[in-house]
Amino acid sequence: AFFWLVSLLLASLIWFVSVHLSDREDAKLQYGLLVFGAAVSVLLQEAFRFAYFKLLKKADEGLATISEDGRSPISLRQMAYVSGLSFGIISGVFSVINILADSIGPGIVGIHGDSPYYFITSAFLTMALVLLHTFWGVIFFDACEKRRYWCLGLVVASHLLTSGLTFLNPWYEASLVPIFIITLCTGLWAFFTAGGSFRNILK
Amino acid sequence: MIAFMNNSDSEEEPCNERTSLMSAESPPVPSYQDGLQASQAGEVQAHRKRRTGSSRSPNNIADGDMSDSGVPVRESALENEEEELTLKYGAKHVIMLFVPVTLCMIVVVATIKSVRFYTEKNGQLIYTPFSEDTPSVGQRLLNSVLNTIIMISVIVVMTVFLVLLYKYRCYKFIHGWLILSSLMLLFLFTYIYLGEVLKTYNVAMDYPTLFLVIWNFGAVGMICIHWKGPLQLQQAYLIMISALMALVFIKYLPEWSAWVILGAISIYDLMAVLCPKGPLRMLVETAQERNEPIFPALIYSSAMMWTVGMAKPDTAAGGPSQQAWDAAEDGRENHRSPSHTDSQMLETRSPAPTRPMTSFEELEEEERGVKLGLGDFIFYSVLVGKAAATASGDWNTTLACFVAILIGLCLTLLLLAVFKKALPALPISITFGLVFYFSTDNLVRPFMDTLASHQLYI
Repeated sequence: AFFWLVSLLLASLIWFVSVHLSDREDAKLQYGLLVFGAAVSVLLQEAFRFAYFKLLKKADEGLATISEDGRSPISLRQMAYVSGLSFGIISGVFSVINILADSIGPGIVGIHGDSPYYFITSAFLTMALVLLHTFWGVIFFDACEKRRYWCLGLVVASHLLTSGLTFLNPWYEASLVPIFIITLCTGLWAFFTAGGSFRNILK
Repeated sequence: MIAFMNNSDSEEEPCNERTSLMSAESPPVPSYQDGLQASQAGEVQAHRKRRTGSSRSPNNIADGDMSDSGVPVRESALENEEEELTLKYGAKHVIMLFVPVTLCMIVVVATIKSVRFYTEKNGQLIYTPFSEDTPSVGQRLLNSVLNTIIMISVIVVMTVFLVLLYKYRCYKFIHGWLILSSLMLLFLFTYIYLGEVLKTYNVAMDYPTLFLVIWNFGAVGMICIHWKGPLQLQQAYLIMISALMALVFIKYLPEWSAWVILGAISIYDLMAVLCPKGPLRMLVETAQERNEPIFPALIYSSAMMWTVGMAKPDTAAGGPSQQAWDAAEDGRENHRSPSHTDSQMLETRSPAPTRPMTSFEELEEEERGVKLGLGDFIFYSVLVGKAAATASGDWNTTLACFVAILIGLCLTLLLLAVFKKALPALPISITFGLVFYFSTDNLVRPFMDTLASHQLYI
């Protein structure tokens, strides 16, 4: 979670600087900058996930050398799951908690012409994002372990794709449905990566 | 306001000394070294001491081995196991410290967000006489720096005074002072807090009920903190008084002064604990030399029984209480049977050695937790509470500060496991917290707000 926060910090720093250096009035430019900021943030998140992987690998080796039977008490898979989950939780919380806080207060959703389904789609999107981060964490760590760099690339690309899909947002059919499909596929992929199979489920 | 100032006078001093973090393992370590170089019996003692001075679950198997193999032990194995124990011991206690710090912060944030009283400005403490309502930025900055200087010097004077009293063994005075201040906290501040909470939720309560509730709360609190009581109840009371104290600080410190004070006090903490002539370091060292625990009203410990405060612990009293504590520990562990045999082994061993050894062993078996000063709790909660109160909107800032403080605490505990002596708990966490607060408030918030208004996710 801390690592995700640091990546968010750096990304927003970049965005902030770029906003201040650019022309405030041009709405299209601002939107473009926002897109740029979001893309930079996605890339930074993945970079920090990699850094976290390196750190955990070192800690894993340290734990293995001093433990009694030569293996560390926490397997790398568990660490991957936990790190993905924590990335997901903190990103989900940051995305949704202000919306939740506002939803207590008096107000009507969408009174200015925005979609009235804002709250519920936010809730679904956040859920999808948390799950996705968890799956990405598992796949990412496994890919780094086995040095399958195409897997890594695919994870980063799918993160960018998801984030990009949210740009289509008031058009909910085009953004929610593909994101859920991506979530399901990534979930299945993570399941198979972690060693599950049809036989395991049936057992 | 006058009443508050008088109370704050006695409130200030508890906060000063509560800012060190120490490992409970430091007293046994020198004797462990001696034990290793001693004879066979000495080696057995040392080994037993190390065994008992560690966390339980990884040791069940090892303890079984020890009772079988007996005396001859390899030195390298001792070293290895010592490190491993330190790390596992450290990890367990990190978690045990996370929970109370989190609870304290949750209480403070919940109160700040719901009860209006603590965010209204109703005057200032006498320790921060300069007001911040000045028109120009420079003047405001100057005032806050002056406020900080006054506050820090008050804290330094109080700390030095307390250390001098401790050195010259004026225990009665210190005890009386602590009792008075915790009395004020438990009764007066709780009364005000309860009154404000009831006002916010518009609940009516008559005076007799109020008197009964507060009297019970305060009396049980006094007994728990200063005498004996169930460990969890004592921990709960310490968390509550830290939260109350933090709320008082949040209310009465003006904004910029609060941030500057937080920064200054972490620097002071660093110096007071690490410099050879620092007051807190002298306090901790004197306590360790005399083999006494530091006063219960100043320190939060994660696993402790205060029976060792007595000058001559006798085996009979130590035995049952130790077993009660072991039983409580057992209840929290998953392996029931090995722990039971463990406690039985300890029971049979304790009558065997000579008197000084018994007392030392009891001392060590009881002191097995990591201790965190209450001042640390208070200042962490002040940081998070101020973030919740003054950040222009948001839970994001509060959460970011919370994560930053916990990570700082983790790092500090890691350093503690490496260095094995008293360390200041404030600097790393407060630095992270401050950095994250200012950066999240100014940089991240516009970014996230703009993203959220377009419903974009990253």
